[in-house]
Amino acid sequence: MMLPLTLFLTFAALSPLAFGGGNTILPEMQREVVGVHHWLSTSDFVALYALAQAAPGPNMLVATLIGWRVDGLAGALAATFGLCLPSSLLTFVIAGLWWRFREAGWRRWIQAALVPVTVGLVGAGAAVIAAGTALGPLTAVLTALVALLTLASRVNPLWFLAASALAGVLGLA
Amino acid sequence: MAAPPEEPAGVSCADLFFGFLGIGLSGFGGVMPWARRMVVEERRWLDAASFNDLLALCQFLPGPNVINLSVALGGRFAGWRGALAAFAGLMLAPMAIVIGLGALYTNYGDLALVQHLFRGLAAGASGLIVATAAKIAWPLRREKSALAIAALVWLAAAIFRAPLIAVLVAGTGLGLLAGWRAR
Repeated sequence: MMLPLTLFLTFAALSPLAFGGGNTILPEMQREVVGVHHWLSTSDFVALYALAQAAPGPNMLVATLIGWRVDGLAGALAATFGLCLPSSLLTFVIAGLWWRFREAGWRRWIQAALVPVTVGLVGAGAAVIAAGTALGPLTAVLTALVALLTLASRVNPLWFLAASALAGVLGLA
Repeated sequence: MAAPPEEPAGVSCADLFFGFLGIGLSGFGGVMPWARRMVVEERRWLDAASFNDLLALCQFLPGPNVINLSVALGGRFAGWRGALAAFAGLMLAPMAIVIGLGALYTNYGDLALVQHLFRGLAAGASGLIVATAAKIAWPLRREKSALAIAALVWLAAAIFRAPLIAVLVAGTGLGLLAGWRAR
């Protein structure tokens, strides 16, 4: 089978399983990419994942990088759209219905039940990520400082990120 | 999906494309902080509570939250064309950048300077995500049962690393129960 098509189908099969943002499918993605198709070694896979985390954009860009490494631009597009298309179609249909029934009692009941779960999960994601980047006291302080400044001011947070990168270069992190 | 009649007028496909292009370009360390900032604080397409509502749905459905958010918001404002415009805006720049970074990293990733830069950047990005989590929790501050469920979900996911499906099902179940009893 054509390589881009295989990439598309591999990632499309993962898409509907990506509950809660996508980090849940990482083990399965690694199994497919490293174990089943032998496209990458495990260490390559981890390196590409770290790189995708450092880049701007949704963290599932790891699919783009894997596709690119396997088959250039066509591979990058195939893997990215494979990962996004099934879940996006589902969201498009359900979000439309969701909006149409926004005044219905059952819809509000479910909505009120979903919101605390979101709050908890976003908080958990923040805790897990912050724990991962706190490599020492200085990086932890940097994280706390940026969090407080972002909450307390209306300055564009890109400035805080630029300052953080500079602090890293200066050896403070 | 037919557009509902009461939707906020005047958000075009171009608005959606460029709005989400800005998010994609600035979203170092995760896109959600920038998505909330653009949608709620800058362009005021949704208020804080509606944003949380939509985010909750996008979180519940499979797929990256922010991609789901772009599709749902684009679809609400401008049908399937809007969904496509928002999605393309969100993904275009990050895909180009990540491929460029991949090429750069292959050549220069071993330099100490580059590694220090990324460590600082990652720590700062974490701060941004923590602040977003606080902002998203803020509308719940007076709802005791919702806060309790959020805290349980946080414990299960962050500390005990419970499987996500289990957390989603149990947390939503608790919320449904609390909502049923409060009627």
